Amino acid sequence: MNKLSALKLNPTLVALLLAVALFLIGGLIRPGFVNVNQAINIVRLAAFLGIISAGQTLVILSGGEGIDLSIGAIVTLAAILAFRINDGQNELVPLALAVALAAGAFIGLLNGLGVAFLKIPPLVMTLGMAGVVQGLILAITQGQMIGSTAPIMGRYISSPLLFGLPGVVFIWIILAILIWLMLERSTYGKQLYAIGVNRVTSRLSGVNVTAVVLITYSLSGLLAAFGGFMLLGFTQTVFMNLGGPLLFPSVAAVVIGGTALSGGKGSYWGTMAGALVLTLITSLLTAMQLSEAFRQVTLGVILLVLISVYGRQRGLRL
Amino acid sequence: MSLRWQLKYISLRHPYLFALVLVVVAALVNYALQPNLLEPRVLNGNLRSFLPLMIVAVGQAIVIMGGGIDLSVGAIVSLVTAVIVTQMSLDASTGHILLVILLACGVGMAAGALNGFGVALLRLPPIVTTYATSFIFSGLALWILPRPGGSMPDTFARWYRQAMPLGLPLGIWVALVLVLLWYFLRNSRYGNNLFAVGGKAEAAYATAVPVTRVLFSTYVLAGLMCALAALALTLGTSSGDPRIGSAMTLDSIVAVVLGGTRLSGGQGGVAGSILGVVILGLIRNIISFAGVPSWYQTLVDALIIIIALAAPGLVQLIRRRRIS
Repeated sequence: MNKLSALKLNPTLVALLLAVALFLIGGLIRPGFVNVNQAINIVRLAAFLGIISAGQTLVILSGGEGIDLSIGAIVTLAAILAFRINDGQNELVPLALAVALAAGAFIGLLNGLGVAFLKIPPLVMTLGMAGVVQGLILAITQGQMIGSTAPIMGRYISSPLLFGLPGVVFIWIILAILIWLMLERSTYGKQLYAIGVNRVTSRLSGVNVTAVVLITYSLSGLLAAFGGFMLLGFTQTVFMNLGGPLLFPSVAAVVIGGTALSGGKGSYWGTMAGALVLTLITSLLTAMQLSEAFRQVTLGVILLVLISVYGRQRGLRL
Repeated sequence: MSLRWQLKYISLRHPYLFALVLVVVAALVNYALQPNLLEPRVLNGNLRSFLPLMIVAVGQAIVIMGGGIDLSVGAIVSLVTAVIVTQMSLDASTGHILLVILLACGVGMAAGALNGFGVALLRLPPIVTTYATSFIFSGLALWILPRPGGSMPDTFARWYRQAMPLGLPLGIWVALVLVLLWYFLRNSRYGNNLFAVGGKAEAAYATAVPVTRVLFSTYVLAGLMCALAALALTLGTSSGDPRIGSAMTLDSIVAVVLGGTRLSGGQGGVAGSILGVVILGLIRNIISFAGVPSWYQTLVDALIIIIALAAPGLVQLIRRRRIS
C-alpha cells in the first residue's frame, strides 16, 4: 500500500491537514490571520457547527437516504425557547436547557416516526418538518423576541474559560468522546452502523431497525437543540434565521469528514475535522473582504472541489 | 381481481391519482372561500402565478425519476432571471427579445450541465453537488443583478399577462404542452432509459443503457426548465430579483412528491408534479382567504403539506394493520 492510498483511507487526517493548510494560506493571503486569538476564534466557531453536525452524522450513518434538514429550524427554535425561559436569570438555565432539549428530541422523534412508519423519504420528511418548526417559531414569537440570555451562559460557553479557550470547546470535546463511546462501544452504535449498511440483513440478524431509526432521529433533534442552546450563549440574542445558515454546512461537514452519504461508514472525528475546514473557509472568505456575490461563488467552487475529493461514488464499471 | 388489488394496480399505474383527489378537494374548499375563483380573469391570474413553479417542478421530476435530485433549481431560476432582466432592458425589438430568450435557455442549460458534470461524470452525490453549485449560481445572480430591478418589454409582458388562446388560461395550455411532451418522451427510447437508470443504474449499465449520458441529460433538461420558468417569472412581474428563486427549490420537491413520484427514482410522471404545484398554490390561496391570522399562516401551510405527504403512508399503515 503506498502512502497516497493510506491517506485516502483516513479522511479525518486529510481534513485536519487541509484545515492546517487553509489556516497557513490565510496567513499568506492576509498577514495577521495567523495568530493565537484567530485560531481560538475559529475553533470556537467550529465547535458550534460541530455540535450541530453531530446529529447529522448519526442520521447520515443510519443510511436509507438518511438526512436531517430540520436541524436549522430546530437550532433556532431551541435558542428562542431558551431565550424566553431564561429571561436573564441564572437559576432558570437548567429549566431552559431541559425544555429546549425536550422540544428538539420530540421534533426529532416525529421525524423518525414519519420515516420509519409512514415511509416518507427522510429528505422530504425533515424538510416538511423544518417548515412546521419555522411556522411554530412564527406562531410562538409573533415577531417579537422576548427574553434575555442568562449571564452564566455567556461566561461558560463563549468567554475564555481555561487556557484562553472558551467553554464550548471543552463541551465539544466531551461530546465527541461521548459520541465516540456510543458509536464504538455501545450496542446502539453497532446497530446504527449495521442498519446503515443494510437494513434487511440487520433486521434478519435481530436488530430492531425501527427502534434504532427512532432513536437516531430523536438524538439528531436533541443534539441540534443542544447546539442551538450553545449558540445562544455565543450570540446572546435570537433572530428568525439563527440556525438556517448552519443547515447545509452541517451536511457538508459530515461529507468532508469522510462519512458516506449512503450510510454505514464514517465517524464523528471526521465531522469535527470537516466543521473546522468549513469554518476556516468561511473565515478566510470573510477576511478577504470579497463581495457577497464572489464569496458565494468561491464557497460553491470550494465545496464542489472538496466533494469531488471525498464524495466520489463507486463507478458502474466493475 | 379483487377490488383491493385493482386499487393497488391503479395506484401503481397512475401515481398522480392521489394528487388528483387532493386537487379536487383543495379546489372545492378554495371555491367555497373565494366564489369568484372560476371567473376567467381570476382563474387566469391564479394559474399564471402557478406557472413558473409548474415548469420547474417538471424539470425536478425528470431529475428525480432519473434517481437524482436538484437542489440548485431555485438558484438557476434566480441566475437566469438576472440575465433576462439585464439584457431585455437594452433593446425592445423582436429580434433582440428572441436572442435574449435563446441566451436565457443557454445559461440555464449550461448551469444544468455543470450539475450533470458533477453527478454523472464525476459520480458525486446529487444532494451535496447541487447544493454546492447552488452557491455558484446564486452568487453569479447577485453579481449580475446586485439588487432587485430591471425591466421587460411592455408589449411582450402585456401579451403574457392577457393571453388566453381559445378562451383558456395560458397556464392550462402550458400544462397541456408539458404533459404532451412528457407523453412522447416517456414512450421514446429516452423515456425507457430514464426509468431504467432511475430504477437501478447498475442493471441499466449492464443492459447497455448509456447511464452517464442519460443522467447528464436530466440535469440539462432541468436547467432548461428553470430558464423557461425564469422567463415566465420575469414576464409576470416585469422585473427581476436576484433571490427570487430561493423558495422554489423546496416547493418543487414537495410538488413532485405530492404528485406521486418517489424520491428513490425510476417511477413517476410529469402530470402528477403539475397537479402537485396546483395543490400547493390552492393551499396557499385557501390559507389567505380563510382569514388565518398572519402569524399562523406558515404553520398551517406546513402542517397541511406534511399531512398531505403523510397521507399515502398512513393509508398503507392502516391497511397493513387490518390485514395482519
